[in-house]
Parts: sequence; structure tokens; C-alpha cells
Amino acid sequence: MGRVRTIARRTFLIGTAAVAGGLVVGWIAYKWPLTNPLLDELGDGDAALNPYVRIDRNGITIITPRADLGQGAYSMQAALVAEELDVAWGSFSVEPGPPSAAYYNATVLAEGFPFAATNDGFIANRARGMGGVISKLVGIQITGGSSTVPDGYEKLRLAGAVARQLLLGAAARQTGIAVNELRTQDGAVLTPDGRRIPYAELGVAAASIAAPSTVTLKDPKDWRLLGKPMQRLDIAEKSTGVATYGIDIRLPGMVYATVRTNPRIGGGMLSVDDAAAKTAKGVIKVVPITGGVGVIADNTWRAFRAAALLKTQWGPAPYPATQPEIWAKVAASFTPAHQDSRFKSEGDVDTAITAAGAQALSAEYRVPFLAHAALEPLNAVVKFNEGKLEIWTGTQVPRFLQQAAAKVAGIGADDVTLHAQISGGSFGRRLETDYVVQAVEVALAHPGVPVKMTWTREEDMTHDFPRPLAMARARGAVRNGQVHACALDLAAPSVTGSQTSRLGASPPGPDIAIVAGAWDQPFAIPHYRVTGYRVPETVPVSSWRSVGASANGFFHECFLDELCHAAGADPLRERIRLCTHDASRRVLEAVGELSGWNRPLPAGRGRGLAFTLAFGVPVAEVVEVTSTPAGITIDRVFVACEVGRVLDPVNFESQVQGGVIWGLGHAMNAEITYADGMAEQTNFHQFYGMNLAQAPVIMVKALETATQVRGIGEPPVPPAAPALANAIFAATGQRVRELPLRKQVRFA
Amino acid sequence: MRLTVNGQPHDLDVEPEMPLLWALRDELGITGPKYGCGLGVCGACTVHVGGKAVRSCSAPVGGIKEPVTTIEGLGTRETLHAVQKAWIDLQVAQCGYCQSGQIMTAAAFLAGNTKPTDEQIDQAMSANLCRCGTYSRIREAVKLASASLGGR
Repeated sequence: MGRVRTIARRTFLIGTAAVAGGLVVGWIAYKWPLTNPLLDELGDGDAALNPYVRIDRNGITIITPRADLGQGAYSMQAALVAEELDVAWGSFSVEPGPPSAAYYNATVLAEGFPFAATNDGFIANRARGMGGVISKLVGIQITGGSSTVPDGYEKLRLAGAVARQLLLGAAARQTGIAVNELRTQDGAVLTPDGRRIPYAELGVAAASIAAPSTVTLKDPKDWRLLGKPMQRLDIAEKSTGVATYGIDIRLPGMVYATVRTNPRIGGGMLSVDDAAAKTAKGVIKVVPITGGVGVIADNTWRAFRAAALLKTQWGPAPYPATQPEIWAKVAASFTPAHQDSRFKSEGDVDTAITAAGAQALSAEYRVPFLAHAALEPLNAVVKFNEGKLEIWTGTQVPRFLQQAAAKVAGIGADDVTLHAQISGGSFGRRLETDYVVQAVEVALAHPGVPVKMTWTREEDMTHDFPRPLAMARARGAVRNGQVHACALDLAAPSVTGSQTSRLGASPPGPDIAIVAGAWDQPFAIPHYRVTGYRVPETVPVSSWRSVGASANGFFHECFLDELCHAAGADPLRERIRLCTHDASRRVLEAVGELSGWNRPLPAGRGRGLAFTLAFGVPVAEVVEVTSTPAGITIDRVFVACEVGRVLDPVNFESQVQGGVIWGLGHAMNAEITYADGMAEQTNFHQFYGMNLAQAPVIMVKALETATQVRGIGEPPVPPAAPALANAIFAATGQRVRELPLRKQVRFA
Repeated sequence: MRLTVNGQPHDLDVEPEMPLLWALRDELGITGPKYGCGLGVCGACTVHVGGKAVRSCSAPVGGIKEPVTTIEGLGTRETLHAVQKAWIDLQVAQCGYCQSGQIMTAAAFLAGNTKPTDEQIDQAMSANLCRCGTYSRIREAVKLASASLGGR
């Protein structure tokens, strides 16, 4: 780091394909050349320099194709472009960008392969996994997997640098002054004699110049924006109530709608009596949709009220109807027939556990289904007019959305216009398109005007595709005061399988999500095995902030803590001793220092440590708790992580703190359970994380020593739950092996 | 019925049992207050009625007799309320969807308690959910706003 790098623009066009090496060759062949979607919308006098920047008479627009779900993605993408383009912060517009193959996400593709982040080598199952992953992820524009920063870090800066180079060329042509005598500052080219030519006046001329074959990226020490605290571009709007989310869209002639579908997901509707709903005040129309009913009215609340009057008979659930039956399915999946992967197999666990001198340990752990429950209930505004659809909504998968909507309407994807909106949270939920498809169905039945379809909170919580439940059966052994053997059998429904089945695909090969955060941890335990078992689909499930690692971090780190204690070893020192990965070791050492790990705590207080390497980011967390007469309080949390480079310290800290609160809050309190095929929790009185009074002080230390820049939205989540459970053990002596913890522990 | 919102009188022809939230959002086009739960448990819909924090999703509009202030009326970018300024200075918002309610709750709380203790702040702000986990910054922003209002 810290050196000037010259990169051929050709590399930019093939983009992060080079980062992923040969692995993305298939992708390049899949859709090539990429088209530039912005060229379609240009008026006279406009010029498109490349898909991330538009400069016209009105000024500079930076296009940010990754969705902003609250993680600050628009600001971060804009900053990467603006740094190299040399424009003042906030002096440009930001547009979310249309659905397009040009906005492919190569990082998500690369991260889909079963390589540990610590391992550049080949593993046995690679070939098997690869085919499936490529067919799943090829050519998609997706926001997820904490990939916005790593995917955009090079290509967005290159986009800014290329644009700047072209603007300089245009200014040179206009003034007759050589490029190397010109410089740029705050959105203008400056001449040696002090003239200032705004970029806006150079856009057209710049577009007629051949793109440079090389550009030089700034040395990070010269950065004006990156690496320094930035004010998020949306912060004032979000603090004054004028930020417009999808749910706030207002259009002329718009009507309001809601839907009811079977809370036994996929069970279908047997019958409906809509007489009362049809005659309720304000109701315009009651319309059939797939598996349910839509109610169109002149006010959202009137639509909600009328929908409550529907008398529906729902079909049975196409999965086990009760929580005990679902758990029985999980427990029955630890068989060779259900084995999905064994990416980690070191030594001989079975012999090691029974060997003389070894002390054996075994434990079973469980984590529940969890809802995404973003605070903005799912919604979409859809207008169907003369064979074309316009859609206003927030989404993580704009192209899938476009295709799904087109299919329902029986039109081409090109006839679907998406106006991407910011989202009031998502946490993975908007990787699905079910809510948009429903809104399209309603709008098709009421063409000509925009229809805003809003789910009630109850519809939202009972129609989630939750984070899957999971179970771990752990066996291990300690010997001579050291962790000697660790075998984790992990059983969970397949997120990838469930998601792709909804896209009509059935990828071959194992699902990494079943074992992510466990098989790929950087520890040299002599006898070490991680086996994934695929539970036949129970309830349809999906990606939830940190996906498989959200469960497996808990399993791995709780059991490793048990092994350390059984060995009489210090959990931090033993992890450091076993650690095989330099960045991970530095993170462990850093959290030890930050937390004062070696300072004893008074009786009734306890410290728990957990570490997870997920999404390429090693994160270590220490949670401090106190056992009080009113219950457990979480006092402080210390987080150390390695992301290569912190691009915005304020947002970075916010993402880490938010991830810790997310992990801790759900671990304390949250679960979705099923009875009669339906989620039993319907609103926030039954499904909640933590409240502000319960929130600990969270200290964050970022290391910036690795060469690869990483995203931070998800990695802080997995270690939070096990660090809390381990802290509770340290304070009280009670091992809690099932989430949510509140089933066995009282929190103050 | 007549409803005064952010200083503007409005004539509304709606059922008295319609929640204030939906009268604001869908009848008057005032979308700063958010729908989150409909039960009064999340706080995203919080507005001021006669200066007091009220969960507009659970308050029938027919029962509203005093002037209503929403986040839009608390302060604009040009006329920021101290709480909004603190929220911007400390960059509290992530997704931001709960923040209208958080800010309105904090503003009403600080209007009635000029020198709150940390514990009082925690209690006052604990009935507003934030899924993104901005609690650390909310806590600090309330303290900052309190200080700038001449309290702490």
C-alpha cells in the first residue's frame, strides 16, 4: 500500500475479473461486451464517460449501483469516485443506477467459492462447488456479502480517474495547453494562468476523446476524502424527515394497497370471502394475486382495515407444521445421506478423542430461525401502463427484480423501469423479490395509475424467509493443557438452495453457508473436522446479515471456549497459540490489549472472547457482563478487526457497532418459531433485539495491515453471540448452548 | 375535522378512528413520521401533539385536539432543532427509518427535562427501536443536544 499504481484501463473494463484471477473467465464469456446503460438516457449535450460518472451541463452525477440499505453504500461509492475525479464532497448528485450487467459484482462471485480467506490454495471440493456457484451468481448486480467496498475499491476509483483524465484532455484541446501543465481541483480544470474551467463545461468534449490506456491512481497519502471522517450524503435528509424511502413515494393519481397471502409460506389459498372487504370504506377493488388477495383503497390504513375483514381459508404448509417437528428434521439430518460438505478434515478426530491421556468433551448447540424485520415494512409502488411497468422500491437485486416483474406481467425485461429507492434496513431481505411480484400483480389488476402496495408489519414478520435454524453436535478433546481435537457436525437448511429454488434453479454441489464461519477458521487444532449436513427444506430461508457465519460463529466459538476451559488454558492465549493466520493473530492480540484481557474482574463480572473470520475479515470481540440481582447487564464490548483500509472512520465505527448490537440483541431475545405452519411472532412485541438501555459501550479498533480492502457490514455479527455466551459463563458458571439466551438467562 | 400540523391548518374528511399517522401520511402527504409496527411499540411514528411525544400509529385522529408537530416541523436543514443538529453532527442515522421517531422522542424529552442523567436518557430513549443498532450514537447525540440546549 502507499505506492502509486498504474493500471491499464482495459483492466478496468474487465474489472475485478483480474482480482479473481482465472475463476471469472466463464463470467466474461457469459455476457460480453457489457453495454453502458447510461448511453440510452443521454440527451443532446450530455456525455457519458463511463457507467459510474455522468457529467452534463447540470453538473456531475455519480452513479452508485449498489443499494443503500442503511450501510452508507451511496456515500462510500460516491467517495471512491469523487476522490479520483477530484470533486468537492457533496458538489455532485448521486443516482442509484439502472439495472445492468455492467454493474456486475465480481467480489460476491469470488467469495462464493469454498476457499478460506486464509488459503490461496486448492481444495478438494473446489471443482464441485465451482459449477454451482457460477451458475448461481453469474453476471448479477447484487448488494450483499459485505462486497460493496471490496468490489468497488478499484473500479470506482478507476472510474473517477479515467473520467478526470478525459476532462483534462478536453481542457487541453480547448486551451491548447498540455495536459501535464493542467491540474484539477474541486470539479474544475485549472490552467497555469489561473483560469478555472468547470467539469460541466468539458463533459461533451471529453466524451469524444479516446479513453486513456493507463491511469495513475492517487497515492493514499494524498487522499482528501478517503480514510477521513466524511459526512454521509444522506445524513441531513435523514435527520430532518425528508429522506424519501420507497414507502414514502407519492405520485399523481396513486392509490394504496396491501395484500394477504398464506402465512403457511407457499401453502396457497383454498377460498376467500371478500364481501365485507369490498364494501369497506375507501376500498376501490379487491383483486386475486398468487396465493392470496390484494386490497386496493384510497388510503393505506383503509386497505389494511379492509384486508382484516377478508375471510380466507389457507392451505396446509408444505413443511413440518410445528417447531418440535422442524427440530426433529434437523436432528435427523446428521447422517451420511444428508452430508453436504467436509471442507475441513485434519488429523484423526475419532482416534484423538478416545486416545489415552485425552479428556473428551461433547456438546450440542442450537440457534433459532430469525426474521430480518427491517423497520420499513416491505413495499413497492408499481404502475402498469400500455404494456410497460414502472417500479419504485428498494432492492438488493435490481436485475432479478426486473426479470421477475417482467415474467409476471408477460412483458420483456426491457419494458420494466426500476426507480431504485433507499431502504429502511434490509439485512438480506431485499435479496428476495416476492413483495415486488405481489405489487406487480395488484397493479396489473388496476392499470393506468400507480399503486403503492405496503405490507402490514404482521404480513412482513410472518412472510419472511428467515435465517435458518441450525444445530451443532460438537465433540472434542483436550490434552496436556491444550486443545487437541475439535469436530463440529453442523446441520442446517440450505440458504443457497432455498434462494435458488425460488429463481427456478437447482445448483449442484455443497452449500458453503451451512459451514461458513466454522470450516474456514485459522486454527491449527491437531485433529480438526467440520462437516456440513443439509437439512431438507423446512421453512423457506434466506440470507440474513452474515448468513451462515451468524450461526456457525456461535457454534465454533462456544465450543472452542469450552475446550479451552476444559484444558485449563486461557481462551485468548490458546487461540493465539493455535492461530495460523497473521492478520487473525494481530486481531486477537489487539482485542486482548484493548479489553485489558489480563486484568482480573471482580466477582460477578465476566469476560467472554470470540473470534470469527468471515467475509475475509478477522474479527475478535470481548464482551464484559455483570451478573446483577436484576439480571445480566452487558457493560462493554471491545472489537478488533482487520479490513485492510478504513475508508470512512465514522461509518466504519457505526457499522461495527451496529453489527455488534445486531448480533447481541438477537442472541439475547429473538427467535421465530412455527406452530400450525405459521410464524408465531407477528410484531415487535414478540420479536425484538435489545433496547437502548441495554446497549453496551462498544470500543472499536481497526487494523489496516492487510493488502485486501474488505467490507464491514457483516463481519462484526458472528462473534457477538458467542462472546456474550462465553462472558455469561465466565460471570456465572452457566453454559448456555441455545439461543436466544433469554430462555435460560435473565437480562436486566 | 380540523387538524393543525406544523402550523398549517388542514380540513380532513376521514373516519375519526383513522390513526393520526395515516391521516398525516396518506391524506396530507407528510411522510416524515414512519409506519413501523402499527402497535405503538417501535416508535418510528412518533410526533408531538401539544408538545408531547405521541405514537401517531395508535392515536385516532378524531381525538387529536392540539397542534401536531412532525419531524418536518421540528426543524428544516436551514432551521435545525438542537436535537437534529446533534444527530447530524454525530452522524447517528444508518438506514434512518427510525430516526424521525427517535429525534421527536428526544426533543420532547429534553423539552421536559433540561438536565437529564445518563440513566434518564437511557430510559427515555429505550422504547424506540432501531434495527441498525445506532444506540451508542443516539445516546451521545441526546447528551450533545442537551448540552447545546443549556442543560448538562
